[in-house]
Amino acid sequence: MPDRDRILSKVRSALGRSSGQAVPAAPPPRLVIPSWSLEERIRRFSENFLGETFVAANGDEARDFVASKTEGLAAVASNSSVLRELGVSGLPNVQCGFVDRDELRLACIAAGVGITSASYAIADPGALVVLAGAEEERLISLAPPRHIAVIPADRILSSLDELFTVVPDPALESSSMVLIGGPSRTGDIEMTLTLGVHGPREVYVVIVE
Amino acid sequence: MATVFQQEIHVALSDLKLQRTIQSATARFGEKRREVIAPDVLPEYQELRDHASRLKQHTLDHLDYYLEMLEARVQERGGHVVWCADAEAAVEAVVAIGREHGVKLAVKSKSMVSEEIHLNEALERNNIEPVETDLGEYIMQLARERPYHIVAPALHKTRGDVADLFVDQLGVERTEEPEELTKIARLILREKFLTADMGISGANFLVAESGAVVLVENEGNIRMTTSAPRVHVAVTGIEKLIPRAADLAVFLKLLGRSGSGQPITSYTSFLSGPRREGEINGPDEFYLLLVDNGRTKVLADEEKRETLHCIRCGACSNVCPVYRRIGGHTYPGAYSGPIGAILTPQFAGLGHEPELPFASSLCGACGEVCPVKIDIPRMLLALRRDVKRGEAREKRWFPEKLAFQGWSWVMRHPWVFERAGLMAQVFLPPQGGDAWIRKGPGPLEAWTDTRDFPPRAPRSFRRLWRERSGKAHKEPAA
Ligand code: SF4
Repeated sequence: MPDRDRILSKVRSALGRSSGQAVPAAPPPRLVIPSWSLEERIRRFSENFLGETFVAANGDEARDFVASKTEGLAAVASNSSVLRELGVSGLPNVQCGFVDRDELRLACIAAGVGITSASYAIADPGALVVLAGAEEERLISLAPPRHIAVIPADRILSSLDELFTVVPDPALESSSMVLIGGPSRTGDIEMTLTLGVHGPREVYVVIVE
Repeated sequence: MATVFQQEIHVALSDLKLQRTIQSATARFGEKRREVIAPDVLPEYQELRDHASRLKQHTLDHLDYYLEMLEARVQERGGHVVWCADAEAAVEAVVAIGREHGVKLAVKSKSMVSEEIHLNEALERNNIEPVETDLGEYIMQLARERPYHIVAPALHKTRGDVADLFVDQLGVERTEEPEELTKIARLILREKFLTADMGISGANFLVAESGAVVLVENEGNIRMTTSAPRVHVAVTGIEKLIPRAADLAVFLKLLGRSGSGQPITSYTSFLSGPRREGEINGPDEFYLLLVDNGRTKVLADEEKRETLHCIRCGACSNVCPVYRRIGGHTYPGAYSGPIGAILTPQFAGLGHEPELPFASSLCGACGEVCPVKIDIPRMLLALRRDVKRGEAREKRWFPEKLAFQGWSWVMRHPWVFERAGLMAQVFLPPQGGDAWIRKGPGPLEAWTDTRDFPPRAPRSFRRLWRERSGKAHKEPAA
């Protein structure tokens, strides 16, 4: 008997179930969503997110902030429409528009900064939500030592519970959804907090109102 | 004669530096956990535990249904599912995938199942170089040791130990700065990520409805492992299932807090199949290995089925007075601490690990902190009972059995118990002062070798009870 059938038949006999037997409904998901105002969500995000947060009053401010953090460094930007509309993609030292895997990878390794947007952010616990696809990509927020994410304020959700209400099944949208809670970190040597192990040691989130 | 387990315990206990290191690390973990689950910070904590436990129970009770759903969804998204009855089948499957794709170098992120099935050794034998990429695991691989703790593999190593290891194994200039050591590892492992042909990960959760693997981490090595190489292989146990993505709302709140005291870890990846049309990075091939290796046996034991709820947070080890003394390497098998004490004997068979369920003071701390409410103390007792039954069947238990039958008879007959107490007085030294008994008579000497026995109280509890409750019963004659 192949392993598949062997395992499934062992599971069934362990549970006293037969093939195709009906299953009662699972306990319903526990989703409790607080009704926080936008200001409240921005405030909590800034408080909870372990990277640094900058609230920009308008697009120009956001772009200037990104420019100040990329000065003198090679930067790679994702193909996000937010970045294009704000003019971030057009900053002098920013490369973007990659479609080839190897080229993008080399650029990410050489870059000092990776610039992305995010599909959502979460206020509590503080996190960015990045779904890979036409706009975002897996390595730009990971490989360079500094990551800057620019997001419109209204993409900030209150909580994990709200995220799973808005995106009940991330698999329907992308092969990869990642929640980013702050910089890459480790405590593996004597529990001493060390930043930037394999991912960025600095993460900036620019919230555009 | 001392068993291997007993010898290992003595080795750990007599290493003072090690004792200090384990005590302080586990204490820190414990404090951080308490801070983030405090009632004013997370008032719903107990409710979350209840809910998580109910979800795990429901999923395990209908595991065949959820496994088939998961398999169908993974396949729909272009992934492959490989079922592995035991450790041998699992390592063979990984090696076969490696061969098929011409893999010479495989980067690995932390996976307890891969420790359980001894994957690295098998890969090496088949000319595939495995490289651990979690900093703690990388240190362990250089030291050729197994993980010391479920969450913190190199918990027992001091910065000096790591510095020595890097000098010996990597030929770098000596530094004891964690920052510098981390930088060295980052540089070396970057190169490996970019040249590896295969990435091997574990899984914290499998989401049936989504056909997804969920991975929780802080370093980013899991994201690298699962995004950079052409092939991603996730090796995990069949018990990791949860029904829907939305259930993560409960589990993620518990896992980070219980494990490392974090409301959320740096990265949580939700991965479903190979990269899709329009996605630039990500693997071309995705394999999910579903490993049984003893799990269906545990599933069949209704009394102990909840052992499979475990989400490997390590909280039980951090509070365990036994783990905090004897450390992680004393436990045989991949899993240490209280969860190891109940998991390993069930996976390996009680005949192999009869001592493990006894390595506990039954203080209950593990059950209290477990985020999925595994009643570990009750499991330990049940396993002790099973061990003793097994020994009785082999007739190895005769004197002990007689003694306990006698004891249980005495306990059930109050008047006998009271007279026995009075009689014991005859054998005990006079009362008062420091009358602790330092050397017991006959076979009881073994007991007093490592501890003292308190003197008999001047008045028995039963007598005090009678006096205080005002019931004038006649004192039995001595
Ligand atoms: S048994 Fe409970 S406390 Fe221990 S590692 Fe598993 S989930 Fe955590």
